[in-house]
Amino acid sequence: MRYHTPKSFDEAAAIAAKADGKTRFLAGGTDVLVQLRAGMVTPDDLIDIKHIAGVSDIARTADGGWRIGVAVSGAELGRHAALCADWPGVIEGMNLVGSTQVQGRATLVGNLCNGSPAADSVPGLIAAGATVTVTGPKGSREVAVEAIPTGPGKTVLAAGEVISAVTLPARGTGGGDAYLRFIPRTEMDIAVVGAAVNLRVVGGRITEARVALGAVAPTVILVPEAAAAIIGTDLNDAALAALTAAAEAAAKPISDKRGTAAFRKEVVGVLARRAALIAFARAKGEAK
Amino acid sequence: MTKIHVSATVNGDPVEYLADPRESLLDCLRDHLGLTGSKEGCGTGDCGACSVQLDGVLVCSCLVLGAEAQGKKIETVEGLSRGETLHPLQRKFIEHAALQCGFCTPGILVAAKALLEQNPDPNESEIRFWLAGNLCRCTGYDKIIRAVQDAAAEMRGAA
Amino acid sequence: MAKDELKTGYRLIGTRPDRPDGLDKVTGRARYGADITAPGMLHAAVVRSPHAHARIIKIDASKALALPGVKAVITRADFPTGLTGEDWNLQENTMAGDVALYDGHAVAAVAATTKLLAQDAALLIEVEYEILPHVTDVDAAMAPGAPAIRPGSADPSVPEGMHPNVIRYIDFGHGDLAAGFAAADLVREATYKTEATHQGYIEPHACLGQMGADGRGEMWVCTQGQWYIRRMSAAVLGIEAANLRVTPSEIGGGFGGKTTIFMEPLSLALSKKAGGRPVKLVMSRSEVFRATGPTASTSMDVKIGMKKDGTITAGQVYFRMQGGAFPGMSPISEALQCAFACYDVPALKHEAVEVLANRPKAAAYRAPGSPMAAFAVESMVDELCRELGLDPIATRLKNAARNGSKSSFGPSYNQIGLVESLEAARAHPNYAAPLGPNQGRGVASGFWMNHGGETSVSLAIGEDGTVGVMVGTPDVGGSRASLALMTAETLGIPYENVRVNIVETGALGVNEPTHGSRATFASGKAAVEAARQAIGEMCRRAAAEWGIDADAVEWKDGAAHPAGPNAGKFPPLTIAEIGASMGSTGGPISGHHESVPGGVGASFGAHVVDVEVDPETGRTTVLRYLVVQDAGRAIHPAYVEGQYQGGAVQGIGWALNEEYVYGTDGRLQNSIFLDYRVPVASDLPMIDTVIVEVPNPGHPYGVRGVGETGITPPLPAMASAIAAATGARLRSLPMSPPKVLAAIRAKGRG
Repeated sequence: MRYHTPKSFDEAAAIAAKADGKTRFLAGGTDVLVQLRAGMVTPDDLIDIKHIAGVSDIARTADGGWRIGVAVSGAELGRHAALCADWPGVIEGMNLVGSTQVQGRATLVGNLCNGSPAADSVPGLIAAGATVTVTGPKGSREVAVEAIPTGPGKTVLAAGEVISAVTLPARGTGGGDAYLRFIPRTEMDIAVVGAAVNLRVVGGRITEARVALGAVAPTVILVPEAAAAIIGTDLNDAALAALTAAAEAAAKPISDKRGTAAFRKEVVGVLARRAALIAFARAKGEAK
Repeated sequence: MTKIHVSATVNGDPVEYLADPRESLLDCLRDHLGLTGSKEGCGTGDCGACSVQLDGVLVCSCLVLGAEAQGKKIETVEGLSRGETLHPLQRKFIEHAALQCGFCTPGILVAAKALLEQNPDPNESEIRFWLAGNLCRCTGYDKIIRAVQDAAAEMRGAA
Repeated sequence: MAKDELKTGYRLIGTRPDRPDGLDKVTGRARYGADITAPGMLHAAVVRSPHAHARIIKIDASKALALPGVKAVITRADFPTGLTGEDWNLQENTMAGDVALYDGHAVAAVAATTKLLAQDAALLIEVEYEILPHVTDVDAAMAPGAPAIRPGSADPSVPEGMHPNVIRYIDFGHGDLAAGFAAADLVREATYKTEATHQGYIEPHACLGQMGADGRGEMWVCTQGQWYIRRMSAAVLGIEAANLRVTPSEIGGGFGGKTTIFMEPLSLALSKKAGGRPVKLVMSRSEVFRATGPTASTSMDVKIGMKKDGTITAGQVYFRMQGGAFPGMSPISEALQCAFACYDVPALKHEAVEVLANRPKAAAYRAPGSPMAAFAVESMVDELCRELGLDPIATRLKNAARNGSKSSFGPSYNQIGLVESLEAARAHPNYAAPLGPNQGRGVASGFWMNHGGETSVSLAIGEDGTVGVMVGTPDVGGSRASLALMTAETLGIPYENVRVNIVETGALGVNEPTHGSRATFASGKAAVEAARQAIGEMCRRAAAEWGIDADAVEWKDGAAHPAGPNAGKFPPLTIAEIGASMGSTGGPISGHHESVPGGVGASFGAHVVDVEVDPETGRTTVLRYLVVQDAGRAIHPAYVEGQYQGGAVQGIGWALNEEYVYGTDGRLQNSIFLDYRVPVASDLPMIDTVIVEVPNPGHPYGVRGVGETGITPPLPAMASAIAAATGARLRSLPMSPPKVLAAIRAKGRG
């Protein structure tokens, strides 16, 4: 295994593009090292991207959104008051990944590129409408987060392509988001089910919404039907019931060691409903 | 495979070692530097027995490559006491019987120290969630929580 | 050192001094299994079967051996043949012979100059398998058509017509069962199941072994019992026990799981083949889960009859327990003995079978058998109480085993503290705490018989009057402190003047491991006897000095005194003075005691738990938890509380989320701590404890073991609390959220 410390994303992409064996990019390492240790993946080339300028920065974009470096840890995100005020749901999702120790290292992009349908930070990013910058041998492009994962452990990224930043849109007024997951314990588990809701409230009614669900399909899924169920409503009981039903209908879970399909299908509706209530309260300024 | 020369600071001392790129920081601490206080309980970041601070950040040293420590400051359980003077957490763990087998203790001490550095007065729930990544199978955590609370109180009083 | 309010009149017993090994353990200096190195040391890795059941056709290690730095590869062919009985089983589990019997079964091992090289070499060892049909569930394993795992291994006790995987049968009972059930106002029967769990000690197994061509060897190993490691390793390797010296490291948890061998002989065999270079072998966490000794999994039928006033008139159980592909480690006998141990019932029938399945060889886990039995019987008692509208503690008191009762398994109880424990639980504020919506309270009692076991302890007086104690029971949770307290109390000297050393196999006679809650009881009793022997000798030295009869000398406060005015007037001779002059008064002074101590005091306890269950997700939160248990006498109360708390939390984990999950391919699916869900700090409240003290007359300070009973009540107490919170009774562990939610839904439909 060769260990590289490129100084730019172009250099990182070039190393990856030239490599003929297995390649992995290393940021927080909380998945890569586990796979290495378990003998699941022993890369021939391991490309540590933490030496690239700007990877640890969190910056406002010109339109009032946020650009987040790929090596920013969950703990750093959680300490950023302005970012947390804008996107509490995104950050609470990331902060649910692993222990305090893992939070010291784990990153949004790592969680995304691991390709797990249960990734805790991904539903929040998708609900928020986040994008990532993909840098490759042919330059860079902006890709919606929901387009990155293609199946368990798989992403749309081609050989030589690396994600170089995460961008969250401007929050704007009347916005609120929330992420909830279900785990059997209080910490340290992989999500059995996850649900993120992002919405905007104008005059007491929901004008925009995005709902993303985790661990109920081969990838985290964006569920427009669930969003449609609450748009135009004041999140009354009928809207919540419709949201629950839409989330359940969209869920195509499997049974595995972490939970049964029936359980996931039922609980995803519960979590979507609970997350919507939190997001709604946040949008109205009634909750943090 | 070519090894990587790493220079770092461990518990204030300059160190150098040759890391195989596949070796974790935990491997390097234990096998190359003889610092066996940090323990491997799982190798997957799930037990916290290998907890160290890396440039002040609490991490599992099993989830850090030895090569990544180049130029970094690492603090382990061996650096908790100053000469003969134990850290208040160390004293309180003994006083409260907050350890039985003691295997998880180094990681819990390092994690608790990191907590008190950023929150000198944590409540029970904050301590429990901060330490959720440090498994203890002997104590049921009760006496660990009490020891951390007591050490925090003493440190606040002493400050 | 605040002295607890005990009515003992003791100087040290019942105080809470710092443990002697505390400093080493908070500074990282304490040396555990993997913490030692030796000159010329090699590292080992093990090749394990990925199949639940497969014939080994061929093992080709040529590619591994071709790697520079690889020093030895071993397979079963490197072990002696002709072993029988349990020795053969141990050998077979250490390294598969013709057939791999479970996912994780070792088939080859390699030693190389580095850890990474050994792991690389292991991947190059090619094993060709013929996959055989497998079975992992206990009921499936004894059903018609199940693959016979080891035909012909059944014991003669097994009734005709049972599946060949059923290898042992036991039954016992008393009274007129039919009359008992006929006298009941309510008779209920049900089947309860528990999945296998793992002790989950945080320290993986680790050893450093060295053995030369002469068959003489040494081993450093984390174990609960160095003599067991010696005897078993010697048997598996065909060497003489005396030629193997085993030194126990500090131990990072065992809970019964480190009382036997798993991979230790591999390091010795590799060392021998590699020219005697020491070989270090450390398991990964995944290897620990796949290839050490989890508990049995069980399927249990229970039938109990009760009168309207709560009197239990009869009980009947039939337990089926699989303990892996090897006989002997399904704790059917212990489970049956514990099943009704808390009750005085006129008619009981106990039956159990041991069943083979394609799983790793089970090992002991804290009160082996008792938690499962309690889950079945205590759950059913709660179901009856609930149906009859009876208070669960009052009902247990009504039927409680008491001093002099004939136990459910035969012998009569001496002094026991079940009634006192139940009364203390009932009087505790937790039992009266108000409950909110979706909350419920569960109660259960628990039992463990405790154990004496082979014990050998030596003690020597130092030249300054301080004392070294050599014991053979590794310190898993503070026993150095309790042994030092008892020794110092007996000798009348300061606690700090006693050093307790856990010694290697060459230093004492055979000791059983720290198991059966015996370290403080058995090593303690022996240490007290050894101290008394040394006191006798010190009195003789004083008598000689004073020119009086030894009978006229008495020992108190750490010194020899004339025993009353008639003995003469002499200033006391302190232990320090006697130690300083012993070279000229007859030589070294020591004490020694070895025995299989009788007087074992049975242990009873009662737990009360409050939970809240989320009715929409089935998730259970423990709100408050109370452990009440009879310690006989708490030597160091802080470590007694620690045993209660730790046992309770392991039981909570077993009740809620811990389980071995096997796929249809027979492979273990959750072999890391991410998916084998032990309780984490944020899952729990503080664990309240009450130490009841009904002194055990069989121990000089009244000690009964405290380590094991605490894991027993949580399983049924949690089930009963969940039933109280939801109205849904779960009869299958773990009570993970999907099962709880399904039970709530089924109740709604029913």
